[in-house]
Amino acid sequence: MIRFDAVSVTYDEAARPALQGVDLTVPEGELVLLVGPSGVGKSTLLGTVSGLVPHFTGGTLRGRVTVAGRDTRTHRPRELADVVGTVGQDPLAHFVTDTVEDELAYGMESLGLAPAVMRRRVEETLDLLGLAELRERPIATLSGGQRQRVAIGSVLTPHPKVLVLDEPTSALDPAAAEEVLAVLQRLVHDLGTTVLMAEHRLERVVQYADQVILLPGPGQAPVLGTPAEVMAVSPVHPPVVALGRLAGWEPLPLSVRDARRRAAALRERLADVPVPQPTAAPEPVLAPAPAPTPGGRKGWFRRSSAPAAVPAPPGATAAVDRLTVRRGRITALHEVGLTLAPGETVALMGRNGAGKSTLLSALVGLLEPTSGTVSVGGLTPYRTAPAELIRRVGLVPQEPRDLLYADTVAAECEAADADANAPAGTCRALVDELLPGVPDTAHPRDLSEGQRLALALALVLTGRPPLLLLDEPTRGLDYAAKARLVTVLQGLAAKGHTIVLATHDVELAAELAHRVVILADGETVADGPTAEVVVSSPAFAPQIAKILAPQHWLTVTQVREAL
Amino acid sequence: MSSGAATARWGRWRAPEADRRNAVHPGAWWLWALGLAVAASRTTNPLLLALVVAVSGYVVSARRTDAPWARSYLAFVKLGLLVIAVRVLFSTLLGSPIPGSHLLLTLPEVPLPQWAQGIRIGGPVTAEQLVFALYDGAKLAALLICVGAANALANPARLLKCLPGALYEVGVAVVVAMTFAPNMVADVARLRTARRLRGRPTGGIKAIAQIGLPVLEGALERSVAVAASMDARGYGRSADVPRAVRRTTTVCTLGGLLGVCAGSYGLLAAEGAGYGLPLLAAGLAAAVAGLRLGGRRSLRTRYRPDLFGARSWLVAGSGAAVAALMIWAGSVNPEALHPSVVPLVAPVLPLWPALAVAVGLLPAFVAPVPALAPAVTPVLKESS
Repeated sequence: MIRFDAVSVTYDEAARPALQGVDLTVPEGELVLLVGPSGVGKSTLLGTVSGLVPHFTGGTLRGRVTVAGRDTRTHRPRELADVVGTVGQDPLAHFVTDTVEDELAYGMESLGLAPAVMRRRVEETLDLLGLAELRERPIATLSGGQRQRVAIGSVLTPHPKVLVLDEPTSALDPAAAEEVLAVLQRLVHDLGTTVLMAEHRLERVVQYADQVILLPGPGQAPVLGTPAEVMAVSPVHPPVVALGRLAGWEPLPLSVRDARRRAAALRERLADVPVPQPTAAPEPVLAPAPAPTPGGRKGWFRRSSAPAAVPAPPGATAAVDRLTVRRGRITALHEVGLTLAPGETVALMGRNGAGKSTLLSALVGLLEPTSGTVSVGGLTPYRTAPAELIRRVGLVPQEPRDLLYADTVAAECEAADADANAPAGTCRALVDELLPGVPDTAHPRDLSEGQRLALALALVLTGRPPLLLLDEPTRGLDYAAKARLVTVLQGLAAKGHTIVLATHDVELAAELAHRVVILADGETVADGPTAEVVVSSPAFAPQIAKILAPQHWLTVTQVREAL
Repeated sequence: MSSGAATARWGRWRAPEADRRNAVHPGAWWLWALGLAVAASRTTNPLLLALVVAVSGYVVSARRTDAPWARSYLAFVKLGLLVIAVRVLFSTLLGSPIPGSHLLLTLPEVPLPQWAQGIRIGGPVTAEQLVFALYDGAKLAALLICVGAANALANPARLLKCLPGALYEVGVAVVVAMTFAPNMVADVARLRTARRLRGRPTGGIKAIAQIGLPVLEGALERSVAVAASMDARGYGRSADVPRAVRRTTTVCTLGGLLGVCAGSYGLLAAEGAGYGLPLLAAGLAAAVAGLRLGGRRSLRTRYRPDLFGARSWLVAGSGAAVAALMIWAGSVNPEALHPSVVPLVAPVLPLWPALAVAVGLLPAFVAPVPALAPAVTPVLKESS
């Protein structure tokens, strides 16, 4: 269905090709997964199929790509629109119209299908993707999973033979991701659509793939094979594969179900070994940085004029008590209580829109509580001046780029030192500690996702806040960058930082968190040690826990140490 | 039993809940609003103008949805008030040719050089001149508010869908451009939040300067992404059309537009009334032919186009009726529509023109009622 003949792509002004030596065929009616570390050209490879590379992005494509017999060299993307449907990383950037129904019809209108055909296909697609209830809704009011399904639906209506998806589940909570994957599964099975999809979160998708294309490194030729073959050699792999490799299972299991069948012996071996408990929260060794001396008097007055904060339990970094936040008619949080101890890492989980981000916003003073109290280091966040607050609490937002304004990394670091009144060079030293090799002169936009996250984290840490909040930190990170982030955060926790992560990534929570808090509809529904909370939950259990249940193993690292 | 039958009969006539099938055609809303605007332009009677604004306001509040564009009505009302204020202020400062006898106050006059004769800054201010400015400003404000009502009631994307095929792609570009403003507002809010996270003040010129660039960058990136998506979904596919037809299209369209311009000028200028009308008609005909031919290049089909149904006709008709009745009233009894300023008299509400304006309320009863908004609006992600 898709043929690549000795394809290489070189972007203008790039020293070396973004993609090289691609020579393979994607057969009709298969779900093919494209994997590899960040920056190896996965998006470029997907772009060549729809013709957006090079027609839209510029650059030089050597070799030949044919889709359903059409050469992308001679066919512009719009002339391939009836055979290829493409959904990019951000579904919001994909939408042209403002309601669900119009969006589904847009592609067919461009192709000039007859009105009766369009009407029938819109109805069919609404049913296929479970969107019938939403047909008249403005797209702006949909949730993340719904948007992703609308985006897929909008390219399905012209009945393309090939569907190209770039990280379709990365931004979704586990349940919404299942929804989208179930739809893709159905398309492949019932309609015979060929699906080519890139995804970092392999634990979610690898079991559905018929074949896997691995791009091992920048400029290296891709490897095509069955999932089990490729996973045996792949540098990026999900925890289930890591466990399979560790236990020497052959052939390699790809799904929790396969692994569980093999795991009886392993479970027996592990039965007598005590599960290593996460290190207990250490004594606080981190005091807030001293307030700046000039204007100290003013600061003293300001603080005393703020209302007395809640009497937090002695030693707590922050306390939230019966917090309710209402926005318009929506209650985003309802009587939530949370106490955070120094050195503790807490994972906030729950579906999109459950109130995770709202809770973080309240902790960092962006929102005024409707009722209840929030106290961070003895201060009431939303009444505290920003310059004072960054010494108490720091938030790395979902899009770390929002924190960056300057033209170069060096300028960004200098500004952070000035903001936090820290000695010159503090921030730069932090960047090097977190991730060596970020060049001083680089523009923050040109950094990789992992580098950008490290820079944003360093900016926030310059004020030495005892409380560190991260919103969805692993979005767009590959396994290597994620492993580095885990090490960094463990180090920070050991130094006495309290860390709160809002995340959909159950594997990350299993690696890092001492405690998991699950929110649903703005209320706390579970709060306890990670192992206890996640092992019993079908949605939030990491793969290792599912395989080795009822034992409380959470990560491959734990198992490796035990053996 | 009879009461049940009566309810059922009444129920048949009650406005249904709006959905895609029975929605009032956006063009009908514009015709209705333009009708009100024409009526407003025919009078300076502040009571009648207030009535026109009240009618438009009532219909908007009864039939608008909670879509983003539906909130524009209040913005237009504020703009109208601003227009009145500016008009009165200018009249106060710059004087007015209206002769008046009720002197209110005398501003110090700025002496101007010889060459600026005829212009006055400061000087005496009379009640007559202020009232005249007020009436004049109110007329303009009422016109603006009528346009605002159309904006609030008609979905701009649907309106552009009604354009002829040749203009459709321009229309899509305009619609996509219009989604920019709300996105940029959201970006600004997000970046201001991020500034706070870095411990910087969120107000002030420096903050705006630092936020400005990332916001523009974000907007540009988004527009490139949308353009890529549109291209990949077949936007701009065109059919092969013989060269001769393409040439004829261009000639017809351009020639037609020129004709329309010249014809309009002829109609408006006193001396050209003779050739104005035929030129305008010929220009229009050529332009329409050009657009028709141009439409051949486009392959597009339309998914569930809006129908101009009975309710749409009633909506559009009520606007046209208001305009026609007001024009007629103006020819029968001009004094009632233009209350005298010199000598100064209190305006009275003329009965028949007032009833004519009230016809404009019809859409509030015949247009389908918009469905209630969905309760869930997951907007919380944007805040962090």
